Amino acid sequence: MNGGTNPQLRAAEWVGLYLLSGLAALVLSFVLVEATGGEWQPLLGTLVDGSLLGHGRWGQTLGAGAPMLLVALGTIVSSRAGLVNIGQEGQLQVGVAVAVYFGFRIGGPGPVNVVLLLIFGALGGAAWASIAGVLRYWRGVPEVLSTLLLVSVASQAVAYGLANQWLLLAPQTRRGNRNHVSQQLAEDNRLPNLNLFGNQIPVAVFLAVALAIALGLVLARTVWGFRLRMLGHNQNVARRTGVSATKYGLAALAISGAMAGLAGAAMLAGGGFQFGNFRLVPGFSSNIGWTGLLVALVARERAYAVIGVALVFGALRTGSGFVSSTGIEGRITDVIQGLLVLALLIPPAVMFLRDRRRARLAAMART
Amino acid sequence: MADFLDAAVDILTSESTYVIGALFAGLLLFAASGEWVAEKAGTINISVEAMLLSGAFSSALGFHLTDSVIVALVAGCVGGMLIAAIQAEMSHRLAADQFVVGLTLNILVFGLAGFLDREVPTNTAKAAVGEVPGLSGIPLIGNALFAQPWPFYLLYGVVPVSWWIVFRTRWGLEVRSSGEDPQSADVSGIDVNKRRRQTIYYAGLTSGLGGAFLVFVQIGDFNEGIVSGRGFIAIAAVIFGGWTLKGTVAGCLVFAGALSFRLSLQAQGYDQINSELLQALPFLVTLSGVALFAKRVEPPAALARPFIRGLK
Repeated sequence: MNGGTNPQLRAAEWVGLYLLSGLAALVLSFVLVEATGGEWQPLLGTLVDGSLLGHGRWGQTLGAGAPMLLVALGTIVSSRAGLVNIGQEGQLQVGVAVAVYFGFRIGGPGPVNVVLLLIFGALGGAAWASIAGVLRYWRGVPEVLSTLLLVSVASQAVAYGLANQWLLLAPQTRRGNRNHVSQQLAEDNRLPNLNLFGNQIPVAVFLAVALAIALGLVLARTVWGFRLRMLGHNQNVARRTGVSATKYGLAALAISGAMAGLAGAAMLAGGGFQFGNFRLVPGFSSNIGWTGLLVALVARERAYAVIGVALVFGALRTGSGFVSSTGIEGRITDVIQGLLVLALLIPPAVMFLRDRRRARLAAMART
Repeated sequence: MADFLDAAVDILTSESTYVIGALFAGLLLFAASGEWVAEKAGTINISVEAMLLSGAFSSALGFHLTDSVIVALVAGCVGGMLIAAIQAEMSHRLAADQFVVGLTLNILVFGLAGFLDREVPTNTAKAAVGEVPGLSGIPLIGNALFAQPWPFYLLYGVVPVSWWIVFRTRWGLEVRSSGEDPQSADVSGIDVNKRRRQTIYYAGLTSGLGGAFLVFVQIGDFNEGIVSGRGFIAIAAVIFGGWTLKGTVAGCLVFAGALSFRLSLQAQGYDQINSELLQALPFLVTLSGVALFAKRVEPPAALARPFIRGLK
């Protein structure tokens, strides 16, 4: 009974472990770069310049982090209910496709359209995730598998939509010589940017942060959030206290899909050059769904911690655009990201095992 | 519609459909038989996708260094087992969530393959064809089963061996009890997490071999998009098969049929059938197959539940 009871020592242990494993991941990536004939100092310099120090890069970093944050928030909801939704990438794509389909068919005043666009995005994502929910509770298909397989189906379905004019493809006159692109969103149908300190910061950033705070409160302070957590911790207790696994599970999956879809719609309406320039194009999602999922995993499903993690991953993403100028293959940022996530899984696991060992030793000492 | 039916009949009666189908099934079977063993011990090992890709890359690298297909296959196994090591040690020694580890590995290996493919020279070739005399003369399926590049015949070993070690050895009994009732297994002196780790290593071995198979038998080339979700289909085959090896094999055959049918439709020039939707077909078949059968079968009771002594 030493570090287990002293809170300061414990906190220091946590921080130390996280720093150590994060550093290990970075060192490992740089070793990989050196081993393949690159140099790590310019790589690091480029990443930092491209994401933070360069002119106007903060806005880009925040703009990339916002959809990741939205996706991650949705992931938190489903995993609190004990569900493993790993199909955000597909839910995001369907969300944005639904938003595009209806977005160009409603004609109202601009601001109303923007809001409708976001709502349609959320609905599309929710519907796609609900397929997995229905399969889970009606047919007993593990949601891990169905959400995953639905990602492939979603990207093919969106590709099909982009190849057909009655679905998503823009009319010939609206797309120039490009194939497989949707119409461009009209100027008054876009989410505005705020100009702060020379950076263009998309409004979606504020929306995402506000939702993160709201979600944190809902999960921690409401009956609904409590029941969701109960379902995640112990299904039997949940059932005995009258929490319907089907009802809450379906809702959790739908909400997590909705957040992914919302992220997609926000990327369309406010992503600018970073994401397809207000059009739905092939590869529009640019793996934001997957990255958002990783953000949630690294933040260990805490609504406030995801804000910080999303920022780091957003920075990695915007920085990566400049990496190829150093002569290193740009995919290295994906490697860094993966290693970082893997490394950051270690501290909680180590702490968990240590706490258990200490508890066992203490129990043995008592007898 | 009549056109489509004609096409379907053409495809079902042409030998090449079965040859292509056998190759798809081969890849799925390598991955799924290892995955089946891992699931018997209680792990849903979603990093099988990463294992396939890692095996594929390592085999291409091994071939580049030695020009030997045998070394390439061994390198593939090593590549698969490297991923297995991370998955096993993190999820069944450190008690990190198995899905989280697996998913991260999938993303990491995909990035790594893309990075290394451009930075490291690799080389590939197609393995030599070995024909089994007599048997390859069977109409329609003879060539598909008995006139393939030689690594294909490893399947006739891997699948029965997977069954044998699970059902006919003491180790297999311990594996099954780890998957069914880890608490009791633990009490009777079985190191549950060790058994689970070992099955993941086995899955890494067979999936790595599957990756090498993909490169040296099926495609003859390496690129980062080579696996494209087949690992997930292999997992689905295990679930589809109700955690029996027979069913898993059947699942692999059905899903391989869907993959091959799609290719054949395109190859025979029925292009008016939309290619994006055809791409999604194997996944839709997989999903509906699992949806039909998932409720009728009994998974290992402790499937996907981590075992930590003293915690139930």
